[in-house]
Amino acid sequence: MQQPISASQAVGLRERSTNWAIARFGRRPADVFFRGLTMLFVLIVLALVIGVALVLVISSWPTITAFGFRFLANQAFDPVHNTYGVLPAIFGTLLTSAFALLFAIPLGLGASIFIVDFCPRPLRVPLAFFSDLLAAVPSVIFGLFGFLVLAPWLQLSGEPWLKQHLGFLPFFQGQMQGVGLLAAGMILTIMVLPLIIAVSREVMLTVPRSQREALLALGATRWEVIRYAVLPFSRVGILGGIILALGRALGETMAVTMVIGNQATRPGLSLFNTGYTLSSVIANQFGEATPGLFLSAVIEAGLIVFVITFITNFLARWLMSSLERKGGARL
Amino acid sequence: MSTTLRSEQQRTTNPFQPRPSRRETQRQAANSVVIALCVLFAIFVVIVLVYLIVYVLKQGIAYLNLDFFTQLPTPNGEPGGGMGEAIQGTLILVGLATLVGVPLGLFTAIYLAEFGRGRFATVVRFLVDLLNGVPTIIFGLFVWVLIVIPQQSFSGLSGGVALGIIMIPIVARTAEDVLRLVPQELREASLALGATEARTIVQVVIPAALNGIITGIVLAMARVAGETAPLLMTAFGTTFWSTDVTQPMDALTLRIFNFTLSPYPVQVNQAFTGSFVLILLIVLASFAVRWATGGFKRRF
Repeated sequence: MQQPISASQAVGLRERSTNWAIARFGRRPADVFFRGLTMLFVLIVLALVIGVALVLVISSWPTITAFGFRFLANQAFDPVHNTYGVLPAIFGTLLTSAFALLFAIPLGLGASIFIVDFCPRPLRVPLAFFSDLLAAVPSVIFGLFGFLVLAPWLQLSGEPWLKQHLGFLPFFQGQMQGVGLLAAGMILTIMVLPLIIAVSREVMLTVPRSQREALLALGATRWEVIRYAVLPFSRVGILGGIILALGRALGETMAVTMVIGNQATRPGLSLFNTGYTLSSVIANQFGEATPGLFLSAVIEAGLIVFVITFITNFLARWLMSSLERKGGARL
Repeated sequence: MSTTLRSEQQRTTNPFQPRPSRRETQRQAANSVVIALCVLFAIFVVIVLVYLIVYVLKQGIAYLNLDFFTQLPTPNGEPGGGMGEAIQGTLILVGLATLVGVPLGLFTAIYLAEFGRGRFATVVRFLVDLLNGVPTIIFGLFVWVLIVIPQQSFSGLSGGVALGIIMIPIVARTAEDVLRLVPQELREASLALGATEARTIVQVVIPAALNGIITGIVLAMARVAGETAPLLMTAFGTTFWSTDVTQPMDALTLRIFNFTLSPYPVQVNQAFTGSFVLILLIVLASFAVRWATGGFKRRF
């Protein structure tokens, strides 16, 4: 079939490229370019996330194959005998984080209930401002405070007092050195408090006024309003905040490294013991790490931290996104 | 507590009011106990946190002088000296981090707010959030393995890259939030005038959200200025002036860390002063920008 000279041959490059882009992508060239550019950057970010995981796995492969799960159960982290394990570090990480949450949850929840429900109006804004300010303080400054103020105080007053009055408990035994699991747990408590307060405050503020008023109208006391209207409504969000705080505590490096003592002791119940956490193993050992199993062991410690915090964050986000779907707080 | 008072008054004025049952007294008691506990906890928390901040600031301000900003640390804890190289290093590192983190974060935000629909966008958003929760030392390890070990040298550049990665999720999520606040009508008006999608975003949407985006960027810069762990294994620290990004570079946080553990009282005092300067830097940056731009408040 003989076609007449088509219009597309007559028009310029600019229009032809426009026509091509519209035919191919359904939009104009500038948009194709811009979308492509945006997509490129997004792919770089994705590659980074995947890259972090890959690099950690590949670099720690020697110890993964050499020790397998024994890496988690082995007590010694011993470059001299070339045997590596992180049991004391895992124990220290879990113990200090559990300690921090044990105290930070009631304190933080109480404080945020106070801020939202009982606080005199003029105090509310400065209190919220103050807790935000603390969330911005760098962890090395908490470490400085812990090492220079908290640990000496614990050694001279805190731990002797505990031993005298509660010494029959297994938690308060052994040498009083100031630095140790107790100091690390206390510093972590202080560090996660602002986070727990900020999240639970936000969530509690989203409780509809009508819910509170309905209960008040039924003759409920203020505690009953909190118990039956506020807490059930914000339960999921608060739990998400707590898990975020757990992730923070599990991964915290500097403050803990500075006060935990960094000497592996046999895992025991006493909080006076010095210890290790996974992150403090990395911070302490990377400098000496020689290529081979030693280097690989340090990186595998990092891989474990990565996996643990990945899981906690996954849980927290999942809880919060289910909350979002229900129309609750957007965090 | 006021409820208890009121019910007692009513009882005396109203003889037909029944006496409170045991259940009623229990309820009121529980109420008072909980309120008292909450007040107590709040007071305790405030006292602990205020004590910490005031203590660090008070110790720090005592040793603040001009030398602190212009001099190098003295060797072996001799008196005098400062943290000039650390302050300079922090500024350079944060600058490098901004170069890495802002483009990546901003374009991710544009994607998520403007184009991102469906499952892929959900996955991207989720991963960016996860990136935000990963302990920062992990990014230090990542850069250490990828850049420092192959180059066999700690460097300012690797420190900047590590901090830049940490900035990405913060910038991306704050920018996405403010981009979403820009009213849809604005976009539609621009498109109706014949502007391309790209032009609409660059000339209409981003200017409308600019204040919020800048606030997010400055907050992210303040946040990475306080990072220590990833710098330990990348920038490493030095006690000399260093502007060469291929060489080890100091940072305020690194110097605070080293001097805190120092046996010399002079250096310990300087660690406090360093903390004072760092807190001031972070607080001033975050509040100056909130004040200057009106923060995240929507303008429409």
